Amino acid sequence: MSEEIRLMKGDEAIGEAAVRAGCKAYFGYPITPQNELTAYMAKHMLDKGRTFIQAESEVAAINMVYGAASTGARAMTSSSSPGISLKQEGISYLCGADLPCVIVNVARSGPGLGGISPSQGDYFQSTRGGGHGDYHTIVLAPKSVQEAADLTYEAFSISERYRIPVLVLADGLIGQMMEGVVFKDEIDPASLPPEPFAVGHQAETGRPNRHVTSINLVPEELEKQNIVRFERYGQVKKELTRYEEVQVEDADLVLVAYGTAARVCLGALQDARRKGLKVGLFRPITLWPFPDAAIGRLAGKGSRFLSVEMSMGQMVEDVRLAVNGRAPVDFYGRCGGMVPSEEEVLAEIERILGKRS
Amino acid sequence: MEAAYSHPKSLVPVQSKYCPGCGHGIIHRLIAEVIDEMGLQARSIITNPVGCAIWADLYFDFDSVQPAHGRTPAASTGIKRMLPDHLVVCYQGDGDLAAIGTAETIHAANRGEKFTTIFVNNAIYGMTGGQMAPTTLVGQYATTAPYGRDPDVAGMGYPIKVCELLATLQGTKYLARGAVNNPVNVKKTKKYIRTAFEAQMRGEGFTMVEILSQCPTNWKMSPVQSVEWVESSMIPFYPLGEIKNTLQPDPAAAAAVKPAGVR
Repeated sequence: MSEEIRLMKGDEAIGEAAVRAGCKAYFGYPITPQNELTAYMAKHMLDKGRTFIQAESEVAAINMVYGAASTGARAMTSSSSPGISLKQEGISYLCGADLPCVIVNVARSGPGLGGISPSQGDYFQSTRGGGHGDYHTIVLAPKSVQEAADLTYEAFSISERYRIPVLVLADGLIGQMMEGVVFKDEIDPASLPPEPFAVGHQAETGRPNRHVTSINLVPEELEKQNIVRFERYGQVKKELTRYEEVQVEDADLVLVAYGTAARVCLGALQDARRKGLKVGLFRPITLWPFPDAAIGRLAGKGSRFLSVEMSMGQMVEDVRLAVNGRAPVDFYGRCGGMVPSEEEVLAEIERILGKRS
Repeated sequence: MEAAYSHPKSLVPVQSKYCPGCGHGIIHRLIAEVIDEMGLQARSIITNPVGCAIWADLYFDFDSVQPAHGRTPAASTGIKRMLPDHLVVCYQGDGDLAAIGTAETIHAANRGEKFTTIFVNNAIYGMTGGQMAPTTLVGQYATTAPYGRDPDVAGMGYPIKVCELLATLQGTKYLARGAVNNPVNVKKTKKYIRTAFEAQMRGEGFTMVEILSQCPTNWKMSPVQSVEWVESSMIPFYPLGEIKNTLQPDPAAAAAVKPAGVR
């Protein structure tokens, strides 16, 4: 571990982390607010003699990822919300073919072209698969530049371990703000072991043919493939579910928030505690798999919940599913690129706890 | 005694799903023969497209990658960039290449991606059952052109001459159009494929062989009528030959071209 602390924009830190993780191929298309990431990859991937392509579209970029991932290379693309919508076809195929890759969404506000300010309106798209068919991607949601770098770095190996695409869901604020960041050691792509599914190099090994595909017209077989994939999802839920808890043990009200909204909530929590209000914070780090068991445990202890999001209310549905009627679940959100303030969240906390007493 | 004719090693000896009289089988064989002759079987990868040739992975005896409809050139780009010393064959039909995948085709060609596109132009959508293709001739019948293709109505406009369209792009080095409707054309087509594959392995740039191919089932013709229709209707509109050839004339000079993937 290099202990040098660097002051970097989130977008650039994600890029540096990907390069250090041994990303061998990056394919991108310009869109705000992630342009610094694509530019960073252009410079640093080309400097290292690795593949960087500015594609003609997000559609092409994700399908270049599909091709590169088929060879077993660590491959990545990044975009922001409207561009991620365009990638959904490719993501469905990547999931159907069980290919690993890393996709970064520096999310902005929508729907449609929307705005370029940060938003969490892509939660449904990210956690429900996003494209056609029965599948999930693993979704990692950083709250800081440091965590964006760490999760991006780790995303490659997670994706390979389970053969599931990993989506790093940041937002425009995390992409654009500067913070101190320490990076993990550089991995040489040549040092990575060959993947068991990778096409190419038959001449060296004489192994049987490999076919990377998502098609299967035999219903019995396709159903079995999906069941096997969902068994793997079960394994992911068991092994990978991550969250952070702050002062939840004695909390009357637990704020549930991820990414930028969780930072706002931490400030609101501190203000509330100073006022003697027993408030906790539950921050999912994996949005899929969602930490429903941990939330369920808190619901069983008698806490009530407030989901705070930069959306009209999306994650709150998962909170309600996790709570399963055992406690009240409220929602507070801003959208359209608005970030809730600590004062707004505190007012909501006071309203809810006041209403209760 | 030397065998003058046998089943190509690069082709699996199974009966194909292709209809009687279909051109795909001939084209598969030509590709396999050239790969055998170049000794590249264990270093070849085919991207099999959405369309009738999606089953190509059953027939070619080497690795394959099956991308989304029309995204074949984008996936081939990713593969070839990672494996520059492999032969990457981007197999596409007319719908895949010139309708849903037009952007991917033009930009892969313009980047001079060093794979070879085999473009099977049978002027119709085969697998989905005979809809109008971008290459359907004016007046030709299709399920979605029940009164014959009219460029002014019902979409798809005028038939697209893909080789000529791509010829203006600097990244394209070799664009040839062959046909598989008679032995002479089959032989010429094989030569085009060989030229394109050799250029790919020298890393010269984008290469494509368009092949006019018969689809008796969806043309609603007998196999014999269909090869005659290629001659009488398709070839006059889609002229055969090397539409563009800016390959290095001297093999020694060609060998000096930077290998693929090296800046």
